[in-house]
Amino acid sequence: MEYLPNIIFAILLIAGIGYFANNVKKLIRNIKLGHKVDASDHKPERWKNVVNIALGQSKLVKRPVSGFLHAIVYVGFIIINIEVLEIIIDGLFGTHRIGQQVLPSALYGFLIGAFEILAVLVLVCVTVFWLRRNVIKIKRFLSSEMKGWPKSDGNIILYFEVVLMCLFLVMNATDTVFQTAGSGNVISQFIAPWFSGFDVETLHTIERVAWWLHIVGILVFLNYLYFSKHLHILLAFPNVYYGKVVPKGKFNNLDAVTAEVKLMMDPDADPYAAPPETGEDDVPAKFGASDVMDLSQVQLLNAYTCTECGRCTSECPANLTGKKLSPRKIMMDTRDRLEEVGKNIDANNGEFKDDGKQLLGDYITNEELWACTTCNACVEACPVSIDPLSIIIEMRRYLVMEQSAAPMELNNMMTNIENNGAPWPYNQMDRLNWKDEA
Amino acid sequence: MSEQLKVPTMAEMMAEGKQPEILFWVGSAGSYDDRAKKITKAFVKILNKANVNFAVLGTEESNTGDVAKRAGNEFLFQMQAVMNIEVLNAYEVKRIVTCDPHSYNCIKNEYPSLGGNYEVIHHTQYLQELISTGRLTLEGNTYKGKRITFHDPCYLGRGNGVYDAPRNVLKKTNASLIEMKRHKGTALCCGAGGAQMFKDAEPGNKEINVLRTEDALETQPEIIATGCPYCNTMMTDGVKFKEKENDIKVLDIAELIANA
Repeated sequence: MEYLPNIIFAILLIAGIGYFANNVKKLIRNIKLGHKVDASDHKPERWKNVVNIALGQSKLVKRPVSGFLHAIVYVGFIIINIEVLEIIIDGLFGTHRIGQQVLPSALYGFLIGAFEILAVLVLVCVTVFWLRRNVIKIKRFLSSEMKGWPKSDGNIILYFEVVLMCLFLVMNATDTVFQTAGSGNVISQFIAPWFSGFDVETLHTIERVAWWLHIVGILVFLNYLYFSKHLHILLAFPNVYYGKVVPKGKFNNLDAVTAEVKLMMDPDADPYAAPPETGEDDVPAKFGASDVMDLSQVQLLNAYTCTECGRCTSECPANLTGKKLSPRKIMMDTRDRLEEVGKNIDANNGEFKDDGKQLLGDYITNEELWACTTCNACVEACPVSIDPLSIIIEMRRYLVMEQSAAPMELNNMMTNIENNGAPWPYNQMDRLNWKDEA
Repeated sequence: MSEQLKVPTMAEMMAEGKQPEILFWVGSAGSYDDRAKKITKAFVKILNKANVNFAVLGTEESNTGDVAKRAGNEFLFQMQAVMNIEVLNAYEVKRIVTCDPHSYNCIKNEYPSLGGNYEVIHHTQYLQELISTGRLTLEGNTYKGKRITFHDPCYLGRGNGVYDAPRNVLKKTNASLIEMKRHKGTALCCGAGGAQMFKDAEPGNKEINVLRTEDALETQPEIIATGCPYCNTMMTDGVKFKEKENDIKVLDIAELIANA
């Protein structure tokens, strides 16, 4: 029975990581429901973006307060997780603080000391984050799409971090050997006195409980990611890599349309000829997007990456003037619908069964889509290179080209362009009249 | 604008066997909209003054298709693009300047994959070039010390990262350039983009152009400078809404330079 803790630990670890891996597989499958995007271009720039925007958080710090707080939690999270390495080795092999034994004591003390300081800083930042969300009432956390689960989700993540950091500090404070060694307990030495009334045996029990809860907490948190907005801690990196590397004003040209336009403009084309045989992948089921499967894999990755910070929405001119459009909601809707489609596939042995729903109408309304000025403020604001505008345009394309459902004034405008090459009903032959007008 | 403007067309140029150094893409607003036509004429006045060998397409120019594309009508956009590209390529156009950031963005970024490859520049970039190469000199002191705030057009600024050219040109007038709180990357849209110019706004509690005009009014400007005919309309309407049209002028950078 002496190996029982090791075995329990190994089982927990395998179960925790296994369940997470399973969900990651689902996530990848869901993203692959979108159509492929060629991202083999601009490789140096893509990597530069990963370094600056994702790792360096260059866009995040454009809002100094939240950017600074986030940077601390981010650095703390990454660095403190080095400690998890030690916990895993200790757990699997039944050692205790393996680092203390194999590393020079000064180095080990420095590392743990740094972790402890970061843990306290993270606690402070997380507290401020909580206050910002629940007490200070910052506008972007109060939008209608943030009611219910998204609000709880944001708070649950903060509670997780508080609990994990506290457990880490308590674990150190009640470790009598670690405290006696007196190296690296920069913070926990001040917590240790709170437990001074306990005998060594009880202290050991508290230390063990904190240790186990800490690693279990980390595994639970890891598995919480998939069900939460918090996936950005992983997906921000690929998402930034696949982010837009051409000027923001440049929208993609639909190849399927190009083929048809070329045919129409070709004087030698036989209008009655059968369409040329091409690979089935070349023919889109429809123009534009009415559901998540019509979007690109990058757009779907965008949806999973969104952490609902709302910087996009807080910069959106439509949203600022009370319109229904919120770029954040566009991303949340896309993700929620994609999850719904994913669950549908799970429930139907790997096949999607029509559920009579789609992204357009059931999640995103025409009113939201037609409120967009395509100004790119949302794209500029996103700290992780999400492009809500591209989804809006793709859905407008569906409305216009598949449903002829543009607002009447826009239909008039487009008819004018078709007839006389201007959005107004002026004669093309009058195009140079300005030259001679007084 | 008493003096007669010289506006040669590509067809006339070709008949004389000449090739202009630059094509001036006037755009639909610049051709038909009464307010925007003043910007067009101001820009031509500058081109004439700087002795630029330019031409326009005139009646051979058609809408870029930009607004149709933003509205979701990719078919109409590509039809327009292919027609325009055919004309531009037939005249072997290499370099294009336009006062409309929407045309600028569309021709520069969205025409190439359809066969239209040109160097496209915005008129503020061209003005900067004319000034820095000494072809255009600003002698007057019309705007010296005047409080001017510049409203970034989305498709020039965020869309294509052109923030400095309009500001550099404005500085040449010796005006005092005051930035709005939201400027450059975080500049607020005027509300006209994405085909909004041609439709009523969706239900809300404010018009976007009014909000943007409030941004501008905070800087207590004498002039709101624009670089886009649609922004100009929106800001002009905003200033009227605020009943400030007697105190504050909304002028395109081309108009400012033409009168400098």
